[in-house]
Amino acid sequence: MALVAVAVVRIRNLFAVIMLTGIYSLLAASLFVMLDAVDVALTEAAVGAGIMIILMLATLALTTSEEKVRITRQSLLALVVVVITGGALIYGTLDMPQVGDPQAPAHTHLAPHFTQQSVEEIGIPNMVTSVLASYRGLDTLGEAVVVLTAAVAVILVIGSGRARQRKRRQKKPGSRESRS
Amino acid sequence: MKHHIVLRIVTKIMIPLIVIYALYIQFHGEYSPGGGFQAGIIFSAGFIIFSLIFGLDVAQDAIPPEVARFLAAFGVLLYIGFGLACILLGGQFLEYKVLLANDQAGETLGIIGIELGVGITVAAVALTLFYAFAGRERE
Repeated sequence: MALVAVAVVRIRNLFAVIMLTGIYSLLAASLFVMLDAVDVALTEAAVGAGIMIILMLATLALTTSEEKVRITRQSLLALVVVVITGGALIYGTLDMPQVGDPQAPAHTHLAPHFTQQSVEEIGIPNMVTSVLASYRGLDTLGEAVVVLTAAVAVILVIGSGRARQRKRRQKKPGSRESRS
Repeated sequence: MKHHIVLRIVTKIMIPLIVIYALYIQFHGEYSPGGGFQAGIIFSAGFIIFSLIFGLDVAQDAIPPEVARFLAAFGVLLYIGFGLACILLGGQFLEYKVLLANDQAGETLGIIGIELGVGITVAAVALTLFYAFAGRERE
Protein backbone atom coordinates (compact mmCIF):
# COMPACT_ATOMS: atom_id res chain seq x y z
CA MET A 1 0.00 0.00 0.00
CA ALA A 2 2.85 2.37 0.77
CA LEU A 3 4.35 1.65 -2.66
CA VAL A 4 1.04 2.44 -4.37
CA ALA A 5 0.70 5.65 -2.35
CA VAL A 6 4.17 6.82 -3.36
CA ALA A 7 3.41 5.97 -7.00
CA VAL A 8 0.18 8.01 -6.85
CA VAL A 9 2.16 11.03 -5.70
CA ARG A 10 4.98 10.65 -8.23
CA ILE A 11 3.24 9.68 -11.47
CA ARG A 12 2.22 12.58 -13.70
CA ASN A 13 -0.28 10.76 -15.94
CA LEU A 14 -3.63 11.33 -14.23
CA PHE A 15 -5.33 8.29 -15.79
CA ALA A 16 -2.71 5.99 -14.26
CA VAL A 17 -3.08 7.82 -10.94
CA ILE A 18 -6.84 7.15 -10.91
CA MET A 19 -6.31 3.45 -11.60
CA LEU A 20 -3.69 3.27 -8.84
CA THR A 21 -6.16 4.91 -6.47
CA GLY A 22 -8.58 2.09 -7.22
CA ILE A 23 -5.85 -0.47 -6.54
CA TYR A 24 -5.09 1.25 -3.23
CA SER A 25 -8.76 1.03 -2.22
CA LEU A 26 -8.83 -2.65 -3.12
CA LEU A 27 -5.75 -3.31 -1.00
CA ALA A 28 -7.35 -1.43 1.90
CA ALA A 29 -10.50 -3.54 1.51
CA SER A 30 -8.42 -6.74 1.61
CA LEU A 31 -6.75 -5.48 4.79
CA PHE A 32 -10.18 -4.92 6.39
CA VAL A 33 -11.26 -8.43 5.42
CA MET A 34 -8.15 -9.84 7.09
CA LEU A 35 -9.11 -7.89 10.22
CA ASP A 36 -12.62 -9.48 10.06
CA ALA A 37 -14.32 -6.11 9.47
CA VAL A 38 -16.41 -7.29 6.54
CA ASP A 39 -18.90 -4.41 6.51
CA VAL A 40 -16.11 -1.84 6.39
CA ALA A 41 -14.40 -3.80 3.63
CA LEU A 42 -17.58 -3.85 1.56
CA THR A 43 -17.97 -0.11 1.97
CA GLU A 44 -14.35 0.54 1.03
CA ALA A 45 -14.62 -1.62 -2.07
CA ALA A 46 -17.92 -0.08 -3.20
CA VAL A 47 -16.98 3.53 -2.53
CA GLY A 48 -13.23 3.60 -3.06
CA ALA A 49 -12.87 1.18 -5.94
CA GLY A 50 -16.30 1.75 -7.46
CA ILE A 51 -17.93 5.12 -7.38
CA MET A 52 -14.80 7.21 -6.74
CA ILE A 53 -13.10 5.87 -9.86
CA ILE A 54 -16.16 6.59 -11.98
CA LEU A 55 -16.54 10.15 -10.67
CA MET A 56 -12.82 10.82 -11.12
CA LEU A 57 -12.96 9.56 -14.70
CA ALA A 58 -15.97 11.79 -15.35
CA THR A 59 -13.95 14.71 -14.00
CA LEU A 60 -10.93 13.66 -16.08
CA ALA A 61 -13.08 13.91 -19.21
CA LEU A 62 -13.47 17.62 -18.45
CA THR A 63 -9.76 18.32 -17.94
CA THR A 64 -6.47 17.20 -19.44
CA SER A 65 -4.96 13.83 -18.64
CA GLU A 66 -1.48 15.15 -17.88
CA GLU A 67 -0.49 16.95 -14.72
CA LYS A 68 1.20 20.30 -15.30
CA VAL A 69 4.73 20.13 -13.93
CA ARG A 70 5.55 23.26 -11.97
CA ILE A 71 9.17 23.75 -11.03
CA THR A 72 9.09 24.61 -7.35
CA ARG A 73 11.92 25.09 -4.91
CA GLN A 74 12.06 22.18 -2.48
CA SER A 75 11.34 23.87 0.82
CA LEU A 76 13.33 22.53 3.76
CA LEU A 77 10.88 23.99 6.27
CA ALA A 78 8.01 22.00 4.80
CA LEU A 79 9.97 18.76 5.09
CA VAL A 80 10.77 19.50 8.74
CA VAL A 81 7.11 20.21 9.52
CA VAL A 82 5.94 17.02 7.81
CA VAL A 83 8.53 14.88 9.61
CA ILE A 84 7.62 16.37 13.00
CA THR A 85 3.89 15.86 12.37
CA GLY A 86 4.39 12.27 11.27
CA GLY A 87 6.59 11.56 14.27
CA ALA A 88 3.96 13.00 16.60
CA LEU A 89 1.25 10.83 15.02
CA ILE A 90 3.37 7.67 15.33
CA TYR A 91 4.18 8.60 18.95
CA GLY A 92 0.46 8.95 19.60
CA THR A 93 -0.25 5.43 18.34
CA LEU A 94 2.17 4.00 20.92
CA ASP A 95 -0.41 4.62 23.66
CA MET A 96 -3.12 2.69 21.84
CA PRO A 97 -3.89 -0.86 23.00
CA GLN A 98 -2.61 -3.83 21.04
CA VAL A 99 -4.83 -5.17 18.23
CA GLY A 100 -7.07 -7.88 19.69
CA ASP A 101 -6.32 -6.99 23.30
CA PRO A 102 -9.40 -8.11 25.27
CA GLN A 103 -8.66 -5.61 28.04
CA ALA A 104 -8.81 -2.58 25.75
CA PRO A 105 -11.26 0.12 26.94
CA ALA A 106 -13.42 -0.29 23.85
CA HIS A 107 -14.09 -3.94 24.71
CA THR A 108 -14.99 -3.49 28.37
CA HIS A 109 -17.89 -1.02 28.42
CA LEU A 110 -20.57 -1.48 25.73
CA ALA A 111 -19.17 -4.04 23.32
CA PRO A 112 -20.03 -7.08 25.48
CA HIS A 113 -23.61 -5.84 25.69
CA PHE A 114 -23.80 -5.47 21.91
CA THR A 115 -22.22 -8.84 21.18
CA GLN A 116 -24.25 -10.80 23.72
CA GLN A 117 -27.63 -9.07 23.90
CA SER A 118 -28.19 -7.53 20.48
CA VAL A 119 -29.46 -10.69 18.80
CA GLU A 120 -32.13 -11.07 21.50
CA GLU A 121 -33.01 -7.37 21.63
CA ILE A 122 -33.12 -6.64 17.91
CA GLY A 123 -33.69 -10.09 16.48
CA ILE A 124 -31.23 -9.94 13.58
CA PRO A 125 -27.92 -11.79 13.43
CA ASN A 126 -25.73 -9.03 11.96
CA MET A 127 -24.51 -7.04 14.96
CA VAL A 128 -23.03 -4.27 12.82
CA THR A 129 -26.42 -3.49 11.31
CA SER A 130 -28.19 -3.48 14.66
CA VAL A 131 -25.61 -1.14 16.18
CA LEU A 132 -25.68 1.18 13.17
CA ALA A 133 -29.41 1.33 12.65
CA SER A 134 -30.85 0.91 16.12
CA TYR A 135 -28.46 1.66 18.97
CA ARG A 136 -27.04 4.70 17.19
CA GLY A 137 -29.85 5.43 14.78
CA LEU A 138 -29.57 9.16 15.37
CA ASP A 139 -25.92 9.17 14.21
CA THR A 140 -26.87 7.30 11.05
CA LEU A 141 -29.61 9.86 10.42
CA GLY A 142 -26.94 12.53 10.73
CA GLU A 143 -24.81 10.70 8.17
CA ALA A 144 -27.70 10.54 5.73
CA VAL A 145 -28.23 14.28 6.14
CA VAL A 146 -24.49 14.86 5.53
CA VAL A 147 -24.70 12.92 2.25
CA LEU A 148 -27.72 15.01 1.21
CA THR A 149 -25.83 18.18 2.15
CA ALA A 150 -22.96 17.17 -0.14
CA ALA A 151 -25.35 16.89 -3.06
CA VAL A 152 -26.89 20.29 -2.25
CA ALA A 153 -23.44 21.88 -2.11
CA VAL A 154 -22.40 20.45 -5.47
CA ILE A 155 -25.64 21.61 -7.09
CA LEU A 156 -25.13 25.11 -5.67
CA VAL A 157 -21.51 25.33 -6.83
CA ILE A 158 -21.49 23.77 -10.32
CA GLY A 159 -25.13 23.47 -11.26
CA SER A 160 -27.10 20.30 -11.87
CA GLY A 161 -26.37 19.41 -15.49
CA ARG A 162 -29.46 21.20 -16.70
CA ALA A 163 -27.63 22.90 -19.57
CA ARG A 164 -27.41 19.62 -21.44
CA GLN A 165 -31.14 19.15 -21.02
CA ARG A 166 -32.01 22.47 -22.59
CA LYS A 167 -29.82 21.59 -25.54
CA ARG A 168 -31.49 18.22 -25.81
CA ARG A 169 -34.96 19.73 -25.97
CA GLN A 170 -33.87 21.98 -28.84
CA LYS A 171 -32.76 18.94 -30.81
CA LYS A 172 -35.24 17.51 -33.28
CA PRO A 173 -37.44 14.75 -31.91
CA GLY A 174 -36.57 11.43 -33.49
CA SER A 175 -32.86 11.85 -32.83
CA ARG A 176 -33.12 9.07 -30.27
CA GLU A 177 -33.81 6.41 -32.88
CA SER A 178 -30.24 6.76 -34.12
CA ARG A 179 -28.82 5.49 -30.82
CA SER A 180 -29.88 2.00 -29.88
CA MET B 1 -19.15 4.89 -27.05
CA LYS B 2 -21.93 3.80 -29.39
CA HIS B 3 -19.62 1.88 -31.73
CA HIS B 4 -17.95 -0.33 -29.10
CA ILE B 5 -20.11 -3.38 -29.66
CA VAL B 6 -18.29 -5.64 -27.18
CA LEU B 7 -18.57 -3.02 -24.44
CA ARG B 8 -22.25 -2.50 -25.19
CA ILE B 9 -23.20 -6.18 -25.09
CA VAL B 10 -21.17 -6.90 -21.95
CA THR B 11 -22.69 -3.89 -20.19
CA LYS B 12 -26.17 -4.97 -21.17
CA ILE B 13 -25.51 -8.31 -19.49
CA MET B 14 -23.76 -6.87 -16.44
CA ILE B 15 -26.02 -3.99 -15.44
CA PRO B 16 -29.04 -6.08 -14.35
CA LEU B 17 -26.69 -8.23 -12.27
CA ILE B 18 -25.17 -5.13 -10.61
CA VAL B 19 -28.59 -3.70 -9.78
CA ILE B 20 -29.89 -7.02 -8.43
CA TYR B 21 -26.75 -7.35 -6.29
CA ALA B 22 -27.38 -3.87 -4.93
CA LEU B 23 -30.93 -4.82 -3.98
CA TYR B 24 -29.64 -8.03 -2.38
CA ILE B 25 -27.21 -6.06 -0.23
CA GLN B 26 -29.98 -3.61 0.63
CA PHE B 27 -32.52 -6.15 1.87
CA HIS B 28 -30.13 -8.83 3.11
CA GLY B 29 -28.10 -6.46 5.29
CA GLU B 30 -29.55 -7.97 8.47
CA TYR B 31 -27.90 -11.33 7.81
CA SER B 32 -24.82 -10.53 5.73
CA PRO B 33 -22.50 -7.55 5.47
CA GLY B 34 -23.87 -4.43 3.93
CA GLY B 35 -26.81 -2.11 4.25
CA GLY B 36 -28.37 0.94 2.73
CA PHE B 37 -25.19 2.91 2.15
CA GLN B 38 -23.31 0.24 0.23
CA ALA B 39 -26.43 -0.76 -1.70
CA GLY B 40 -27.06 2.81 -2.80
CA ILE B 41 -23.48 3.22 -3.99
CA ILE B 42 -23.54 -0.05 -5.96
CA PHE B 43 -26.90 0.79 -7.56
CA SER B 44 -25.72 4.21 -8.66
CA ALA B 45 -22.44 2.74 -9.94
CA GLY B 46 -24.39 0.37 -12.17
CA PHE B 47 -26.54 3.20 -13.44
CA ILE B 48 -23.53 5.44 -14.09
CA ILE B 49 -21.88 2.69 -16.14
CA PHE B 50 -25.10 2.52 -18.18
CA SER B 51 -24.89 6.26 -18.67
CA LEU B 52 -21.23 6.10 -19.75
CA ILE B 53 -21.90 3.44 -22.38
CA PHE B 54 -25.29 4.46 -23.77
CA GLY B 55 -24.98 8.22 -23.41
CA LEU B 56 -26.04 10.74 -20.81
CA ASP B 57 -29.27 11.66 -22.59
CA VAL B 58 -30.66 8.11 -22.43
CA ALA B 59 -29.78 7.90 -18.75
CA GLN B 60 -31.41 11.24 -18.02
CA ASP B 61 -34.53 10.05 -19.78
CA ALA B 62 -34.63 7.06 -17.44
CA ILE B 63 -33.96 9.03 -14.23
CA PRO B 64 -34.17 12.80 -14.79
CA PRO B 65 -32.01 15.04 -12.57
CA GLU B 66 -35.12 16.51 -10.94
CA VAL B 67 -36.28 13.03 -9.91
CA ALA B 68 -32.82 12.23 -8.51
CA ARG B 69 -32.86 15.42 -6.44
CA PHE B 70 -36.37 14.65 -5.18
CA LEU B 71 -35.39 11.09 -4.21
CA ALA B 72 -32.32 12.33 -2.32
CA ALA B 73 -34.53 14.42 -0.06
CA PHE B 74 -37.22 11.73 0.05
CA GLY B 75 -34.83 9.16 1.54
CA VAL B 76 -33.94 11.42 4.45
CA LEU B 77 -37.61 12.25 4.96
CA LEU B 78 -38.44 8.52 4.99
CA TYR B 79 -35.84 8.04 7.73
CA ILE B 80 -37.23 10.92 9.79
CA GLY B 81 -40.75 9.65 9.10
CA PHE B 82 -39.93 6.32 10.74
CA GLY B 83 -38.58 8.23 13.74
CA LEU B 84 -41.73 10.34 14.00
CA ALA B 85 -43.94 7.28 13.62
CA CYS B 86 -42.24 5.85 16.69
CA ILE B 87 -43.06 9.06 18.60
CA LEU B 88 -46.70 8.95 17.49
CA LEU B 89 -46.99 5.34 18.65
CA GLY B 90 -45.80 6.33 22.12
CA GLY B 91 -42.09 5.58 21.99
CA GLN B 92 -39.03 7.76 21.69
CA PHE B 93 -37.56 9.05 18.42
CA LEU B 94 -36.28 6.05 16.41
CA GLU B 95 -37.35 3.56 19.09
CA TYR B 96 -38.63 0.90 16.70
CA LYS B 97 -39.94 -1.42 19.40
CA VAL B 98 -43.31 0.32 19.37
CA LEU B 99 -43.93 -0.16 15.63
CA LEU B 100 -45.28 -3.70 16.03
CA ALA B 101 -46.60 -5.76 18.93
CA ASN B 102 -43.52 -7.99 18.95
CA ASP B 103 -40.38 -6.12 20.03
CA GLN B 104 -38.01 -7.98 17.71
CA ALA B 105 -40.32 -7.68 14.70
CA GLY B 106 -40.73 -3.97 15.36
CA GLU B 107 -36.98 -3.44 15.55
CA THR B 108 -36.45 -5.38 12.34
CA LEU B 109 -39.15 -3.43 10.51
CA GLY B 110 -37.68 -0.13 11.67
CA ILE B 111 -34.17 -1.12 10.59
CA ILE B 112 -35.36 -2.24 7.16
CA GLY B 113 -37.26 1.04 6.79
CA ILE B 114 -34.40 3.36 7.67
CA GLU B 115 -31.93 1.32 5.62
CA LEU B 116 -34.27 1.81 2.66
CA GLY B 117 -34.23 5.56 3.34
CA VAL B 118 -30.44 5.63 3.50
CA GLY B 119 -30.16 3.56 0.33
CA ILE B 120 -32.50 5.83 -1.66
CA THR B 121 -30.66 8.93 -0.46
CA VAL B 122 -27.17 7.65 -1.24
CA ALA B 123 -28.10 6.33 -4.69
CA ALA B 124 -29.84 9.57 -5.63
CA VAL B 125 -27.01 11.74 -4.31
CA ALA B 126 -24.37 9.77 -6.23
CA LEU B 127 -26.46 10.11 -9.39
CA THR B 128 -26.87 13.84 -8.76
CA LEU B 129 -23.11 14.29 -8.40
CA PHE B 130 -22.50 12.36 -11.62
CA TYR B 131 -25.07 14.43 -13.51
CA ALA B 132 -23.51 17.61 -12.20
CA PHE B 133 -20.06 16.59 -13.44
CA ALA B 134 -21.09 14.91 -16.67
CA GLY B 135 -23.53 17.64 -17.68
CA ARG B 136 -20.75 20.18 -18.06
CA GLU B 137 -19.21 20.87 -21.41
CA ARG B 138 -15.47 20.76 -21.91
CA GLU B 139 -14.13 24.28 -21.53
